[in-house]
Amino acid sequence: MEIKLKLNGKNIMGSIEPDTLLIDFLREHGCYSVKRGCETSGCGLCTVLMDGTPVLSCSVLAARADGHEVYTLEGLQQEASDFVGFIADQGADQCGFCNPGFVMNTIALLRENPDPTDDEIRAFLAGNLCRCSGYEGQLRGIRNYLDSRKG
Amino acid sequence: MITIQKYVRPQSLEEAYQLNQNRRSRIIAGMLWTKMSSGAVNTAIDLCDLGLDTIEETDKQFSIGAMVTLRQIEQHAGLNAYTGGKAAAAVKDIIGVQFRNIATVGGSIWGRFGFSDVLTLFLAMESFVELYKGGIIPLAQFASMPYDRDLLVRLIVKKTPGSFSYQAMRAQRTDFPVLTCAVSRLDGQYRAAIGARPGRAMLIKDEEGLLTGGINEESAKAFAEYAAGKVPTGSNLRGSAAYRTHLAKVLVERGALELGGNA
Ligand SMILES: Cc1cc2nc3c(=O)[nH]c(=O)nc-3n(C[C@H](O)[C@H](O)[C@H](O)COP(=O)(O)OP(=O)(O)OC[C@H]3O[C@@H](n4cnc5c(N)ncnc54)[C@H](O)[C@@H]3O)c2cc1C
Ligand code: FES
Ligand code: FES
Repeated sequence: MEIKLKLNGKNIMGSIEPDTLLIDFLREHGCYSVKRGCETSGCGLCTVLMDGTPVLSCSVLAARADGHEVYTLEGLQQEASDFVGFIADQGADQCGFCNPGFVMNTIALLRENPDPTDDEIRAFLAGNLCRCSGYEGQLRGIRNYLDSRKG
Repeated sequence: MITIQKYVRPQSLEEAYQLNQNRRSRIIAGMLWTKMSSGAVNTAIDLCDLGLDTIEETDKQFSIGAMVTLRQIEQHAGLNAYTGGKAAAAVKDIIGVQFRNIATVGGSIWGRFGFSDVLTLFLAMESFVELYKGGIIPLAQFASMPYDRDLLVRLIVKKTPGSFSYQAMRAQRTDFPVLTCAVSRLDGQYRAAIGARPGRAMLIKDEEGLLTGGINEESAKAFAEYAAGKVPTGSNLRGSAAYRTHLAKVLVERGALELGGNA
């Protein structure tokens, strides 16, 4: 079947199977930041924004995205560049595999709540798993970024 | 993951219902649970075009479309004002924001999962389900019915004056709950919904009036003993039956004390 959607700001068309998952469609279209880390919808690695809302692309049919707008990290480099350096400065990433999911969900968090408390950050990012770190580095990085904005 | 031959977005409930009469068809809501299963689906019936994704609030009730997400429940001002924030409290540990942006109320209630925070929460309220063919029936009745091929259209929650508490015991945040417990006072009547027993949530009403004289440590304990005595528990890898019965007593007692005040 054919689908039409807006991917990272560009209108595209694609041919899919009825059971193609959005994650696989996105990777076939060059969005390699979107990765699969689990089979149980539990790791957040595959997070993309669909109509501005963070969703798990591993658990959404590509067919559901027909007529919608999808953003992956490839399309949000600019917005991400504001804060990713602060996370890197904390050495929060070790293998870095979880990073795109964290960054995408942090973008969603900051759009919804530009000045979150630490508990609000923890709650929003609870669905992003990292097997290397203890999460404190990511939290400190986001906190430092928020503090830097306050001057 | 299931395999799908054909994907359809019906434009009416009747179309969705007719398609669903074939036993190789499957309704697709958030698809999160369905994705965990295997098997061949002929027609995947995606309910996303039926306008069932809103919560309508009137003076008397909330009407929650089947495709409303758990995140909408968490963020709905009216529902959280009515429940004192317990609607949000009940769903906040279900995996993560991205998951709750997909998981639906319809899929959660239809599934009647033993571990369901969502079923436990709404059983403690005066809730009804609207089924396309089966009409409007109390949620407690629906919770004990076998699966059939009807469609869940919406969940209706009456704004009966009341107060609510919600607690779930999890070994770790975002894990499945070991026990769920919602206690409520509705028009002066007390009830406790207990789920993750690990079977489907059950509703226990204070038929002996243990709390009607007022809630204090003694009456809360008595109601907790009564409720825990009525709820069969079982063992699985998350906890033993004895542990769950113990948790039921502790959580019902705490829940009742949290409601506080007099009838
Ligand atoms: C890994 C994981 C962890 C979870 N943890 C928790 C937890 O801790 N607490 C909790 O409460 N829940 C939990 N859940 C359940 C989750 O919140 C949802 O309840 C579940 O995924 C079903 O919702 P869905 O929208 O994904 O439905 P789907 O998977 O799309 O559908 C579920 C079933 O209901 C049928 N269906 C869906 N909508 C309708 C309708 N309107 N009419 C008729 N039939 C319908 C489908 O055909 C299917 O058989 C978890 C789920 C997963 C996968
Ligand atoms: S790949 Fe793990 S949640 Fe999507
Ligand atoms: S840095 Fe390795 S998984 Fe997070």
